[in-house]
Amino acid sequence: MRFMLLFSRQGKLRLQKWYTATAERDKKKMVRELMQIVLARKPKMCSFLEWRDLKIVYKRYASLYFCCAIEEQDNELITLEVIHRFVELLDKYFGSVCELDIIFNFEKAYFILDEFLMGGEIQDTSKKSVLKAIEQADLLQEEAPTAKSFIFFADTTIV
Amino acid sequence: MALKIVKGSIDRMFDKNLQDLVRGIRNHKEDEAKYISTCIDEIKQELKQDNIAVKANAVCKLTYLQMLGYDVSWAAFNIVEVMSSSKFTYKRIGYLAASQCFHESTDVIMLTTNQIRKDLSSPNQYDTGVALTGLSCFVTPDLARDLANDIMTLMSHTKPYIRKKAVLIMYKVFLKYPESLRPAFPRLKEKLEDPDPGVQSAAVNVICELARRNPKNYLSLAPLFFKLMTSSTNNWVLIKIIKLFGALTPLEPRLGKKLIEPLTNLIHRIMSADRSVYIPFLVARVRTKGESMSVLKYVKAMFVFVVKYLGLLAMSKILKTHPKSVQSHKDLILQCLDDKDESIRLRALDLLYGMVSKKNLMEIVKKLMLHVDKAEGTTYRDELLTKIIDICSQSNYQYITNFEWYISILVELTRLEGTRHGHLIASQMLDVAIRVKAIRVFAVAQMATLLDNAHLLTGNVQRKGICEVLYAAAWICGEFSEHLDNPTQTLEAMLRPKVATLPGHIQAVYVQNAAKLFATVLKSQEGNTDSTAAQETSQLMIDRLPLFVQSANLEVQERASCILQLVKYIQKLQQKDVEIAEEVIALFAGELNPVAPKAQKKVPVPEGLDLDAWINEPPSESESEDEQPRAIFAKEEPKHSRPRHTEVDEKELAKRREARKQEQANNPFYIKSSPSSQKVYQEAPGVEHIPVVQIDLSVPLKVPGLPMSDQYVKLEEERRQKDRADKKKKEKKKRKEKRSGRGKRHDSGPESEEDITPAHMVDIVTEEMPEVPSRISNTISPSTLWVFDDKKSSKHKKKKQKKEKEEKEKKKKKKHHHHHHHSDGGGEESVQNGTVEEEEPLPVSRDGPDQVNDIQGNLQDGSQVVVSVIFENKCDSFLKSMEFNVLDSLNSKLQRPEGSGPHDGLTVPFQLPPGQSNVCLFVIHYLLFVVVFPQNEDSSTHEKLDFKLHFTCTSYLISTPCYSDAFAKLLESGDLKCSSVKLEGVVMPFHHLLARICFRHHFSVVERIDSCASMYSRSIQDHHVCLLVKTSGQTVSIDAKCDEPTLLGNVLDEIKQTFSQC
Repeated sequence: MRFMLLFSRQGKLRLQKWYTATAERDKKKMVRELMQIVLARKPKMCSFLEWRDLKIVYKRYASLYFCCAIEEQDNELITLEVIHRFVELLDKYFGSVCELDIIFNFEKAYFILDEFLMGGEIQDTSKKSVLKAIEQADLLQEEAPTAKSFIFFADTTIV
Repeated sequence: MALKIVKGSIDRMFDKNLQDLVRGIRNHKEDEAKYISTCIDEIKQELKQDNIAVKANAVCKLTYLQMLGYDVSWAAFNIVEVMSSSKFTYKRIGYLAASQCFHESTDVIMLTTNQIRKDLSSPNQYDTGVALTGLSCFVTPDLARDLANDIMTLMSHTKPYIRKKAVLIMYKVFLKYPESLRPAFPRLKEKLEDPDPGVQSAAVNVICELARRNPKNYLSLAPLFFKLMTSSTNNWVLIKIIKLFGALTPLEPRLGKKLIEPLTNLIHRIMSADRSVYIPFLVARVRTKGESMSVLKYVKAMFVFVVKYLGLLAMSKILKTHPKSVQSHKDLILQCLDDKDESIRLRALDLLYGMVSKKNLMEIVKKLMLHVDKAEGTTYRDELLTKIIDICSQSNYQYITNFEWYISILVELTRLEGTRHGHLIASQMLDVAIRVKAIRVFAVAQMATLLDNAHLLTGNVQRKGICEVLYAAAWICGEFSEHLDNPTQTLEAMLRPKVATLPGHIQAVYVQNAAKLFATVLKSQEGNTDSTAAQETSQLMIDRLPLFVQSANLEVQERASCILQLVKYIQKLQQKDVEIAEEVIALFAGELNPVAPKAQKKVPVPEGLDLDAWINEPPSESESEDEQPRAIFAKEEPKHSRPRHTEVDEKELAKRREARKQEQANNPFYIKSSPSSQKVYQEAPGVEHIPVVQIDLSVPLKVPGLPMSDQYVKLEEERRQKDRADKKKKEKKKRKEKRSGRGKRHDSGPESEEDITPAHMVDIVTEEMPEVPSRISNTISPSTLWVFDDKKSSKHKKKKQKKEKEEKEKKKKKKHHHHHHHSDGGGEESVQNGTVEEEEPLPVSRDGPDQVNDIQGNLQDGSQVVVSVIFENKCDSFLKSMEFNVLDSLNSKLQRPEGSGPHDGLTVPFQLPPGQSNVCLFVIHYLLFVVVFPQNEDSSTHEKLDFKLHFTCTSYLISTPCYSDAFAKLLESGDLKCSSVKLEGVVMPFHHLLARICFRHHFSVVERIDSCASMYSRSIQDHHVCLLVKTSGQTVSIDAKCDEPTLLGNVLDEIKQTFSQC
């Protein structure tokens, strides 16, 4: 996997993770271009598209688009599964996750992603072990702010 | 003071944390940038504090801002600080920030090596984990090299959490530092059998990715993976393993067979569970027969899911190996054409290509036609159109059973709006009509309606592409006109005035085919007793054709005027009641036969024909330029042999062509293959009867006249436009000229003198022409020189004559001056260089610069002479730039730098202050006349100074030293003609006399004995000239020998002239 992006329907970037070193300028350009393409697609269209020399796999959850760029030989479906698994993890961790959770606790979201994927490869397929690792790490943080406190901001909930 | 301390500790409470920042940004939607810039200022303040908690908070906020697209590279060092905090909370934030912001060119990365190493060996597994995660994002080759060993140790850590991360990060390390692969590989292999499933899957992942890059090295692991595949229940791992096998099977065919059984089992197992539809797709990649058969069962099931795209992709892969198996899914694929997603539709279209059969073709195309009507967006519609044609025409129309249907499909397609593929449809129509004889009647009828409704096709500007179809329609109607029901009506449709708006190439076809139609119509009408109908048809042609004669397109114009004349002639005959229909028909008689594209290969190459050899030698540039002088001046052998040679060639060629034509006529096979179906509609029909071959014969290989005339026309047009702007008179006449643009060249001379102020370039060409031959007859060698001044327009002639007189007087004065000059230094010069130079003073314009020239043969290149022109500025102003230009003539041209046009001048590479002079060399090929335009740009005025260059015969002599014995041999050889001259009353010392001959006529002294001397020189074309000069008292006798009598006479004349002047 080359990179993963999370962005809202309004075209606001919520999370980005690059697994290959890319220049800041190129990053911005690619993000902008991809957001345009993906946002223009209709809901019933298929989740894969070929873009430059990459394949883009995206899926929309509520108002958030999860978008991954993979190489030609990579498997699209497994990427779709990766996205879904990541959403499941977020959901478990935040408890019915919404976009605002990710906005306000974006570093947590990154931590979860880092536990799940490393260098673009799946690190652990077990939800349990990922969450366990996160929780234990959180325990180490003496003043871990609870994500739950922001739940009332939620305007959208993932179905 | 106390207050300050309190405030410092409280500060933290009031600091914005991340949540505040996010909320703030959301609240400042209008002036986000401004808000953020204040935030960044705050963050900078926070970073300056010592409190690590404050710093971590600031870095956390920066990470957020970085995601929003703000540059935070300035805080890289602070990030490293936070990374090295001992507290996990901060360390975590630091590593996160680093993983987001750092990349390979970030220089602070060097500082992190030791910190990371420390964290990797930390007793806390989460410290290690965080470090590994961060490292995976910003690992550089240096870091990989330094830390590879540490990571390798971690691979056998007691905690699976660390092991799995270490295994995964090894992949990144391998990429950056490939040398680490060899020592780490055994350990990596061990991890495939790790008790922890996480570590195991990580190892599978890494090896799978590595194997993808270089599968060969991992073949040995196949048994291990095979075991894993049969035992593992983790789908994620299974997918990776199957992918790995996908890379391995091409290298080891036995593997494929072995895999069939477990894979089928897998599929069965997985298909019963939901969601895991991807396996079949993967299997399709392992390309073995058994698999794809079993896969197919499940492909259908895929369509239940959203992943149609993948299903189609898989099918297209299977299609390549097992086309039949896919055909049964036709309906499914046709359904996909209705999909909203364009990428799915395109994939489905790809599949359709392979699915057609004779049975279902019409059905499929019908379906596609429906889609064409519905489709939005021209790209998809165009794609559909090309696909329809592709599908129908594939392998020589293999699947088409009814060509009437196909023609009507094509006609229907012409109704498409805005397609670009008009030419595609047109070529299909032509192809079918030519190759399927039985269809012609139908095709002609269809095309006739198309032509009748041509306005529908051309009416809209957007439909430009489709009017190509009319090209085919017109041609088919014309060529197969005997099948037309109502040829008169079609003829009329073809000659509508609206046709003139069509593109040129289509009009041309219209005109040509109108003639064919005319022939048919004539024949049918002549059968009748009433001859008026036929005459009416002729009249129709004569009325309508002038429209095309005026066309801007040359092709149309040419065809139309040709046919118009023909029809006029026919009409004349008709009025005499002559039956001519048969003869007119004969113009277009003959059948066109389709040819296989490779048929040409089967035609044997006639004996003695070398297709690679040049028929005529390709003309070199200089040859065509120098043809005239060389023919006159050349030595005897080349002079005769060359033209004779080409003559023979030409004759022989003609003979060969004739023979070949004969052969072709007798060889039925050849006739069939000569007009290829592709070419047929580009050329006029009835190829056999159009004398293409004859034209071929008469056209010389070099066409020097063509570009010339083009330029000429262009030049003239430019000039005329200019003139038109000057004087708007005689507009009618000009319009006429424009129309008859082709015949222009010949009458331009008189015409331009009459009503348009002559531009000097054109004028000179026309006026010079008659002068050349007369001069040639006088002197017959390039030594003659044609002096020309370019102001000779008819108006100025009288003035000019006066001027010339003045000039002559001036010349005389000048000459004296120069003589002194040369008698001083000239002698030495001739000795030094071995050359004798000739000088001719030039007319001097009163306030312009002065030029003195020296002409001399170019030693390097026999076809060139070098003219050194001295520019002397005699006026008071500074000359900033000068341009030297020569009007090229038949026999001479100025050598210009490559790329410049034939009329460009040469810029003189220096500037001239008042009263100074400078020399510039110009190379001229066989020069006839020279004009110089120095430009005075000081007060931004341009001045033209015309002058004459006198090229004497001896200018073309090159003084060459010659030894006396070689000289004697030369005289003995007897090849030389002799001539002598006697000069009376020469009062000058003998050595002066010799020096003068040497200097002015480029001779060198061979031997001198008392009052007797022998001299030698050669011309630039290697003619020897020998002189024997004797003096007794005031009489000088010169005996000259030369192998070219005319040259000899001229040289003597010149010498005589030189001495008569003193």
